[in-house]
Amino acid sequence: MVRTLLIRGMLCGLLAGLLVFGFAKVFGEPQVDSAIAFESAMDEAKVKADAAKGIHDMQAPELVSRPVQASWGLLTGVMVYSTAFGGLFALVFAFANGRVSSSLSPRTVAALLALTGIVAVYVVPNLKYPANPPSVGHPDTIGIRTQLYFTMMALSIAAMVGAAVLRKRLAPKHGVWSAALFATAFYVVVVAIVAALMPPINEVPADFPAVVLWHFRIDSFAMQVIMWATLGLVFGAVTERAAQARNGYRLGGPMGAAWR
Amino acid sequence: MSNTTIGSDIGTDIASAPIPVREVLPWLIFGLVMLLAIYFVGAEEGATSIIKGMYVHEFVHDGRHLLGFPCH
Ligand SMILES: [Zn+2]
Repeated sequence: MVRTLLIRGMLCGLLAGLLVFGFAKVFGEPQVDSAIAFESAMDEAKVKADAAKGIHDMQAPELVSRPVQASWGLLTGVMVYSTAFGGLFALVFAFANGRVSSSLSPRTVAALLALTGIVAVYVVPNLKYPANPPSVGHPDTIGIRTQLYFTMMALSIAAMVGAAVLRKRLAPKHGVWSAALFATAFYVVVVAIVAALMPPINEVPADFPAVVLWHFRIDSFAMQVIMWATLGLVFGAVTERAAQARNGYRLGGPMGAAWR
Repeated sequence: MSNTTIGSDIGTDIASAPIPVREVLPWLIFGLVMLLAIYFVGAEEGATSIIKGMYVHEFVHDGRHLLGFPCH
C-alpha cells in the first residue's frame, strides 16, 4: 500500500517536474539571463576600476556553460526536486489519509495536503527570505542565508503540523469550521512571531532592476504552484480512483451509485 | 461515514481507513533519500559540501535560484 503510494507520488512528481521545467524555461530563464547580464556589467566595471588601480582580478573558470545550465542543468535540478517532493508528499499522505479526518475522501486529503504544503514549505519561508536571481546576495553570506532559510522552513513546517494536530483536537468539541479557523490563526501567529524574530537579509544591489526581481520572484512562485497543484490534484485523482475501484461495489462506480 | 455534519466533507466520497503507523514507518527511510536529493539541488557546494568542487552547484545553478534556495 505505502509502496504503491510512494511510486505514484514520485511519478506525479516527474510529471510535475516536466511542467515546472517548461514554465521555468519559457518564463524564468529570461529573468535569470537579465540578472546575469547585470552581474557581468558590474563585474566588468569592477575589473576596469581595479585595473586602473593596478590590481588584476582573477576570473573564475566556467565549469558549466550558460546554455547547459539553462537546459540540462535546469531540467535535472527541477526533476530531482519535483520527484523528491512527490515521494515526500506520498509518504505524508500515507500517514495523513484517514487520520486528518475520518470523513475526508483521498482526493480532498491530497488537495489539502498540497495547499498546506506549499504554504508551509514555500510561501511562508519566502515571505521572510524571498527567492533571489543571480547577483542578488553576497557570496560570503551564503552560509548564514542558507541556515536562516532552512530554519524558517523547518519552523514553518513544525507550526503547520502543530496547527493540524490542534485542528483535530478542537474539531469534536467546537465543530470543524471553528477548529479550522483556530488552527489557521495558530499557524499565522506562530510564523508571524518567528518571522519577526529572525534577522532580516537585504542584499539587493541598489541599482538592480526592480522589474527583473519582481518577475523572477513571481515566476519562482508560479513554479511552486504548478508543482504542488500537480502533486495534489493528479495524485489525489489517481488515489481516489484506486480507492473507489477497491470499494466499488459499495462506494463509487456504477453499482455504488445506485446505493447512494 | 458516521455523524457527518454540514461542511465536514467537501466531496461526496467516503474516506479510506488509515494505514497502520507500523506499516508507514519503514518507508520513512525513503523520505531521507528524498531529503538528500533536495539537499543536492538546494544546498550542495553552496553553504556546505559533501562532494569536492563546484560542479553540482554550477550544474543545477538556475534551478537552485528559481526554486527559491539561497545562492550567490
Ligand atoms: Zn547562484
